[in-house]
Amino acid sequence: MESLIILIPIALVLIALAVKIFFWAVDDGQFDDLEGPAHSILFDEPQRKSSSNSDTTNTSDNNQ
Amino acid sequence: MSKTQCFHCSLPAPEPVVFFAEVEGKQQPMCCPGCKAVTEAIIAGGLENYYQHRTESANPIADLSQRILEELRIYDRPEIQKDFVQPADNTKSDDSRLVANLLIEGITCAACVWLLENHLQSLDGVERVIVNLSTHEAQVTWHSDQIPLSDILLAIHRIGYKAYPWRADHQEAMLKQENRTFIRRLAVAGLGAMQVMMYAIALYSGAISNDMPEMYRNLLRVVSAMVATPVVFYAAAPFFKTAWRNIKTRHLGMDVPVSIAIGGAYLASLWATFFANGEVYYDSVSMFTFFLLTGRYLELRARHATARAARALTNLMPPSCLKEIDGEFVRVPVSELQPNDKVRILPGDAIPADGILLSGSTSVNESMLTGEYLPIEKQTGDTLLCSSLNVDHPVEIQVTKIGDETRVASIIKLLQRAQQDKPAIAKLADKVAGWFVAAVLLVAICVYWGWSGVAPEDAFWITLSVLVVTCPCALSLATPAALTAATGYLHKLGLLVTRGHVLEGLHTIDHVIFDKTGTLTKGELSLTQVIPIEDCTQSLDQLTAMAAALEAHSEHPIARAFSITSQTFTASEVKNHLGMGIEGTINQQQLRIGRPDFAFPQSTLKTPESDGKWLLLADDNKPLCWFRITDSLRPEAAATVKRLQKMGKTVILLSGDTESIVANTAESLGINQWQAESSPDDKLSYIQNLQSKSHKVLMVGDGINDVPVLAGADISMAMGNSSDLARTSADAVLISGNLERLADAFNLTTKTRRIIGQNLAWALGYNLAALPLAAAGMIAPWMAATGMALSSLIVVANALRLSRSAKPTHSSGNQHADTFTKEAVV
Repeated sequence: MESLIILIPIALVLIALAVKIFFWAVDDGQFDDLEGPAHSILFDEPQRKSSSNSDTTNTSDNNQ
Repeated sequence: MSKTQCFHCSLPAPEPVVFFAEVEGKQQPMCCPGCKAVTEAIIAGGLENYYQHRTESANPIADLSQRILEELRIYDRPEIQKDFVQPADNTKSDDSRLVANLLIEGITCAACVWLLENHLQSLDGVERVIVNLSTHEAQVTWHSDQIPLSDILLAIHRIGYKAYPWRADHQEAMLKQENRTFIRRLAVAGLGAMQVMMYAIALYSGAISNDMPEMYRNLLRVVSAMVATPVVFYAAAPFFKTAWRNIKTRHLGMDVPVSIAIGGAYLASLWATFFANGEVYYDSVSMFTFFLLTGRYLELRARHATARAARALTNLMPPSCLKEIDGEFVRVPVSELQPNDKVRILPGDAIPADGILLSGSTSVNESMLTGEYLPIEKQTGDTLLCSSLNVDHPVEIQVTKIGDETRVASIIKLLQRAQQDKPAIAKLADKVAGWFVAAVLLVAICVYWGWSGVAPEDAFWITLSVLVVTCPCALSLATPAALTAATGYLHKLGLLVTRGHVLEGLHTIDHVIFDKTGTLTKGELSLTQVIPIEDCTQSLDQLTAMAAALEAHSEHPIARAFSITSQTFTASEVKNHLGMGIEGTINQQQLRIGRPDFAFPQSTLKTPESDGKWLLLADDNKPLCWFRITDSLRPEAAATVKRLQKMGKTVILLSGDTESIVANTAESLGINQWQAESSPDDKLSYIQNLQSKSHKVLMVGDGINDVPVLAGADISMAMGNSSDLARTSADAVLISGNLERLADAFNLTTKTRRIIGQNLAWALGYNLAALPLAAAGMIAPWMAATGMALSSLIVVANALRLSRSAKPTHSSGNQHADTFTKEAVV
């Protein structure tokens, strides 16, 4: 039972971390389309000019 | 289906199939050159995977006309672009990259997204394309010095979609922000509820076996409090805000009892935690918040989807016209027009402003304004009205009135007046909520008063358990869950509900009023009768085929009426006599079709008596055949009227068209009450008269002349191909253009009301059953938590039954109706 005293605070830190990561994902626009991404993995990728489809809004650009 | 289907759009391809496209080495049938061009463009781009992955067939395609090309060019103008285009990187001024927000029409499944993204990314100068499947928005980043925006838009049109600028305005930004905030709250509530539940199970088992050391019990309670605090203050904040607003406006909504339960249970649990007596309810508080937020989130998504769809209806191309500048006609946005400008109007175009015909003659279709379906002849000097359609010839007009001064604008003023008088429909959930709050508070006070006489130390805790148990979680989910499921189902059927009161109000409707042109009828000319002249030797089929061969050389709406019939003849040396008819040679025989005095000038024949436009086909020696062109009824109209009448609704026809035509239509549909030659004003006073006799009126219409009535009716529906104004002022839009959906909607509201009733009964029943137990002090926290969760889940599951209701009824004419809508779109 004593282990609870250590394990519960660790769990709390982990939850806080999970919430923080989730918030980041929401701000990144990953939850704006809840239908499309589920299907997109099913398509074969043809050769692309630029492989920039995976990143979303306001990413730093590579060709500066 | 035995008929050949178009490989691209799955509509029946006319037999014999004349258009084919090669897909992966096989010749696939195509219904029209439009689909063929699109399929070839997709294959040429190496994107044939689309056909393997798609789960829905594509929309039928219109040919790309010169007009669309010119209209797309308008989007290269900076003053038009400033609405929907931003620089990709604000920090660098030498960066030529721009980002455009577009709305794509025609996305049916995930394969469309793949197709669009890959097709556009293969263009030179396009850097990135992101297409959102749920909102149909596209974000395109491109180098403005390498490719003009219009080329990108054209590429979208080439593969069979339509792109409109998506003005990411304030409202849109708010929707997005609201959605994101909601997901955050949902995550906090969900994670919090799971954690607290975990600690709660330990607490429950400790409480049941009664051997938990006090230290651990207190530790678990403190930790639960820590996790529940953000749930209450962050995730549940919207409930408190709304409740506070409700109290200030002295209107009891569902959020008031919700807030009392969450707030009360949380504060009491805090008290119990820090003063170590009484029970804690952190698990109930967090789960309750999570369930309610989930319900609200589903509602929010449905609301956003309809808001977007409704906005998409109005977010069309900026109307453009050909204005004379320095002797040349240039396409400009209509907003740049001034009085006295000279404007050229091509056949098929809408007239951009009120004006005077400068030379020549034409006929215009004013059905949107007056309901009259036959084109009206206009001579030099006549006034042409804004929003009517030019039918015959290219003409030039001098603009006399623009914007607010046009005839259309005066109808819009009537619309505003009608909106103010619109009767409101009360929301069922709010009515229940008021009573519920009063009852719960009363019971809580009685329980407290009762127990303080018997056991004063328990009175507070028992009252609290009463509040937690009666927390109206299931009750507040009951109505929205059912309405959300029903709205989503109707959307799938092709009826887009844009205002909230439609489903709740539909069952009160006792009068259904239809407009005629474009609503009960298709609003386009079609061939309805063929009468051969007595001594004519050819068969009906031959005569029709000959007429079709001649008319195939004309773009006139009348010619389109013949296009459905198969092409067995080809005409040569065809000459188009504007306003008169068509002349040509078939099998060495000189034929003419058109006005009787043109087709056979020496004729003494009398035009048959029935209404509509009569065309005469004749060769050099004798007249051959009469063709009657009218606006025919939608194939499902009669069945729909009958179904509505069977439901006990009074069906009324109000039209601006002439008496004889309206009477005929009414008679063939079995409608007893009708009124012809009604102006928008007449129509409005007709329904207001009905409303004053406390009837509830549903109006179905499409034209600009219906707009004031649509706004004034208790509930209004516009047809899918209505004027923009009608679509935006109606409460619902029949996107599929199939009137049967209207009767289906009535059926669905009956079902929805039944399910709402069941939900309310269950939720209230549960609360009532639990109440005496709680009042007797027999409910432990874990019972309250499970009971609440279960009753909420039952209510939501019951509501979801609506989204998979029985298949809608199909009339036999449906397949036909689809092909016609297609033509209308073309």
